[in-house]
Amino acid sequence: MSPLGRLLLALSMVAILSGCATTTSTSTSTSTSDSASTSAAKNPVDPFEKFNRTMFNFNDKVDEYALKPVATAYKRVIPSFVQTGVYNFFGNLGDVWTAVNNLLQGRMVDGVSDMMRFTFNSTFGLGGLIDISSDAGLPKHTQDFGATLGVWGVQSGPYIVLPLLGPSTVRDSAALPADFAGNPWTYVTPYTTRYLGTTLRIIDLRAGVLDASNLIEEAALDRYEFIRDAYLQRRASKISSNRERGADDAYRALPDDDDPDSKTDNDSSSKGGSAAPSAEPATKGNAQQENAPAAPAASGSQPASIPAPDADTRK
Amino acid sequence: MFKKFIAILTLGMLGFTGAAVAQEAPDAFIKRISQEVLETAKSDKEIQSGNQQKILDVVQSKILPNVDFQRMTALAAGRYWREATPEQQKRLTEEFRDLLVYTYAGAIAQIRDQQLEFKPMRNDPSDTDVEVRSQVVQQRGEPIQLNYRLTKSGNSWKIYDLNVLGAWLVETYKGNFASEISKGGIDGLIKTLSDRNKKLSANGIAKNAKS
Repeated sequence: MSPLGRLLLALSMVAILSGCATTTSTSTSTSTSDSASTSAAKNPVDPFEKFNRTMFNFNDKVDEYALKPVATAYKRVIPSFVQTGVYNFFGNLGDVWTAVNNLLQGRMVDGVSDMMRFTFNSTFGLGGLIDISSDAGLPKHTQDFGATLGVWGVQSGPYIVLPLLGPSTVRDSAALPADFAGNPWTYVTPYTTRYLGTTLRIIDLRAGVLDASNLIEEAALDRYEFIRDAYLQRRASKISSNRERGADDAYRALPDDDDPDSKTDNDSSSKGGSAAPSAEPATKGNAQQENAPAAPAASGSQPASIPAPDADTRK
Repeated sequence: MFKKFIAILTLGMLGFTGAAVAQEAPDAFIKRISQEVLETAKSDKEIQSGNQQKILDVVQSKILPNVDFQRMTALAAGRYWREATPEQQKRLTEEFRDLLVYTYAGAIAQIRDQQLEFKPMRNDPSDTDVEVRSQVVQQRGEPIQLNYRLTKSGNSWKIYDLNVLGAWLVETYKGNFASEISKGGIDGLIKTLSDRNKKLSANGIAKNAKS
């Protein structure tokens, strides 16, 4: 593992261990004098809340002063086809590990599809710069080892905010080394090339979620909580839908909306390979990237509205 | 104008012939309003450049009538909803609605060339509470999961929850609401929302339209 990977791993371990020293299980709610948390009951999915908030604020500062300005400039200045090329290139490398994880999860169709993606994009797509596979009907997936563990039944453990890497959970933090190992870019030899590439990738990822992160600024009353809750939901949803064989997402029963404490099962995971400091693309992308309902598009659609004669509904 | 006349005439004729009022299936309903909003957003230059007023008009005319904000707010407030007075409930609903409108307008300003794909419905035709599943296909990255929960309201449907990338809006706001309420009660939450809305209205969304 690269020195950087080792450093991050060490930081994660410190974080986890210090958290473990103060809390035991996720099911007990103990009161703390944490002014940021709500009243006396600690959130059962977030026993490390105090630490997490600190880390979250730290990540925010780094983002605000270092990453976001660079990403904003990158987005404005660099021609969009170059940005797309960067995104495609690293995305293509990521497809290898995604394929492996899909197969590990038993999702054969997706796994093979991702292997084909990598093959086509690397050859006909000029080393991954062009993503021809998506247009050819092989959509992009993202899978990480944390999700694989989740599918295998490993519980997520508490929510944890990693330094620079952002939202994660205990299980997924532990899975991170595997994600680093599964990324071909980790093995590129001149260290400088590797770090430059990683930096470029991070900037590009950040630029990709600039709009969404601006939206979250507006939409969230408490960004930390908002991002945490959205993130945990997203991971749980991803894992439970991964468990379904076949192409469609699982049909999940609607959670009990009357119960204020009901949350979707905290089967959450981190994001492994795609490291994005304090602004995980999925998280930021989520809250209200409501590209408003629209457009006609092709697949899987039912025949348009069939009027159902039903006299009883008239009131 | 003419379209509206035809629509009313058609409806009237249906009633006149004694046929049952045609009922739109929920996913057809979502497809229709989605298409309207997306087409408007893609074709209108002012919207693309972030003209706040224009976008708010679109949201108010095309989206607001189709959302059940009261239900959304009640669900997000959870058990605190029952403890609120009707006046508080009304104010809370209004402020939450405004916040969502501003947020939604911000999202619309970012529409460029996305496409929507709809997945087959898994609900019974007689269900009154359904989920419509779709995804947003974009240039970069995986398709974004976008699901809706609707409840039947008379002969039409109303949206009361939205799922983006696996996270339900109501569920995500529950935490925020609960924190604010435990800090300052329902009035505290109303005030926080109201302050936020004032800020959003003053800032405009132009600055977020192109970043």
